[in-house]
Amino acid sequence: MDRVKVITNRFFLQGLLFVVLLLLATMPLYVRPYLIILLTTIIMYVVITVSWAIFSGPTRYISLASAAFFGVGVYVSAMLGQALPLPVVIAVGGLVSLILALFIGLLTLRLKGMYFIIFTFGVSELIRHFLLWWETNFTGTVGRWVVAVDHTIVYYVMVVIFMMALLTGYLIKRSKYGLALRSIGEYEEAAAHIGINVTILKAMTFAVSAFFMGAAGAIMATRWTYIDPSIAFNPLFSFMPVLMAIFGGIGQLYGPILGAAIFALLEEILITEFPYYYMLLFGIILVAVILFLPNGLVGLIQKWRRGGLEG
Amino acid sequence: MRILEGEKVAKYFGGLAAVHDVNFHVNEGEIAGLIGPNGAGKTTLFNLISGALPLTSGRTRFKGETITGLKPNEICKRGIARTFQLIKLFGNMTVFENVFLASLFGVSKEINKPNAKKESLELLEFVGLSGVKTSPAKGLTLANQKRLEVARALATRPELLLLDELMAGLNPTEVAQAMELVIRIRDNGITVFMIEHVMKAIMSVCNRIMVLDHGVKIAEGTPEEITTDKKVIEVYLGED
Repeated sequence: MDRVKVITNRFFLQGLLFVVLLLLATMPLYVRPYLIILLTTIIMYVVITVSWAIFSGPTRYISLASAAFFGVGVYVSAMLGQALPLPVVIAVGGLVSLILALFIGLLTLRLKGMYFIIFTFGVSELIRHFLLWWETNFTGTVGRWVVAVDHTIVYYVMVVIFMMALLTGYLIKRSKYGLALRSIGEYEEAAAHIGINVTILKAMTFAVSAFFMGAAGAIMATRWTYIDPSIAFNPLFSFMPVLMAIFGGIGQLYGPILGAAIFALLEEILITEFPYYYMLLFGIILVAVILFLPNGLVGLIQKWRRGGLEG
Repeated sequence: MRILEGEKVAKYFGGLAAVHDVNFHVNEGEIAGLIGPNGAGKTTLFNLISGALPLTSGRTRFKGETITGLKPNEICKRGIARTFQLIKLFGNMTVFENVFLASLFGVSKEINKPNAKKESLELLEFVGLSGVKTSPAKGLTLANQKRLEVARALATRPELLLLDELMAGLNPTEVAQAMELVIRIRDNGITVFMIEHVMKAIMSVCNRIMVLDHGVKIAEGTPEEITTDKKVIEVYLGED
């Protein structure tokens, strides 16, 4: 009985994923450009949140460095956009973020709890201020222009990055390293004593998750066309994925996807419908979710399904 | 043959000598005991052997090779596993996953999932946890959590097992079961080095006992020799 349920559950999720991907792939054929632009932003948040959850979900190391990795991608795009073709720019954006994350990871992943959170936040702020200082003192202009790319192309690239991040997250979760990452979140000391190289595993996973953030930043820059350090390294890109992942529920991969998608959509609706009260409403909804849904939307869905079976 | 040797092992926390120039060894195939009053440095010594803490000075050798300065995961891969005095299970993972993960990492480099699964199930059977393998580890009773700690350590396929107060907090029946488990582990060819406060247990299962007090080794010998040693009676066992 349980087995049947698990199997149908898997088929249901795979089927749902397939339908969603099909919809995403064909979307530009029948909707207005405004919706495509909105969807790009939503998927951008989904990418950042899923990447964040690949590392921070199982290990419970709450990283606030997402803005740093995203911003690095944005700047790579601004600096190389004219010289190199788009796919290369995006790959380089991801790789530079990956290397930065590996470096930060090896330096700081021995910090735990609050210290790690503060340090990662400090790193993104440091990079933002350094760039600001550099641009005003050496290039003479704060902002940069980025080569614009067609909206539909930006959209498709973002969808591809999303699928790659999702696949990577799924493969890591399914492998023995997925279980090892969870054990680090449970009891890191014990994890080391059963032969897991916790330092390398953490640094590598942190780096992989940063790759997709950097790639997302690189393509997003081409839509903004003008960027400066405050846009690229906006601290919101660090805080949003945490909130979105908690909103959706961290335990499962689809939690952060659901959380980020609904959260971003909600933000858009509130901004357009209630431009003056949007922050207030947003805050109230967030507080309500954290108070009443400790396991996020996924927790609500699971509760509802269990309740439905029992009742 | 000496499987584990320590040479003038010392650990200072600031000015405090938690372990001071201790020479010790464990013979292959034996059950060695480590006793002493609270704060004598027993757990610190285990932390030094297993790499959880760096040595201030001295040297540790395993199977003749120096292991001083290696990280916990490297020492585990060499073949030393341990349990913790304060239980450190992966509470939200299932009983099976706790053991399975240790089996996947542990000593051997190449093990596939089906083999690791088979081995984990055998180990759960060995320690008597087959009935609860799908429960989350945090839901187990204390005695079962201790069994799981042992199973997880064994899953790494060690040659030497360090047991830190396995029997603390167990009732007499459970202590008897734990003693029997320790003997079965030794009979499977794994050397055991154990810290214990339950005197009845340590005296009946150990071949050799070391006594620590204030970070210094004050006695070493067979259980009979230890129980009659004047110094040990004075600082630890007490007069009858």
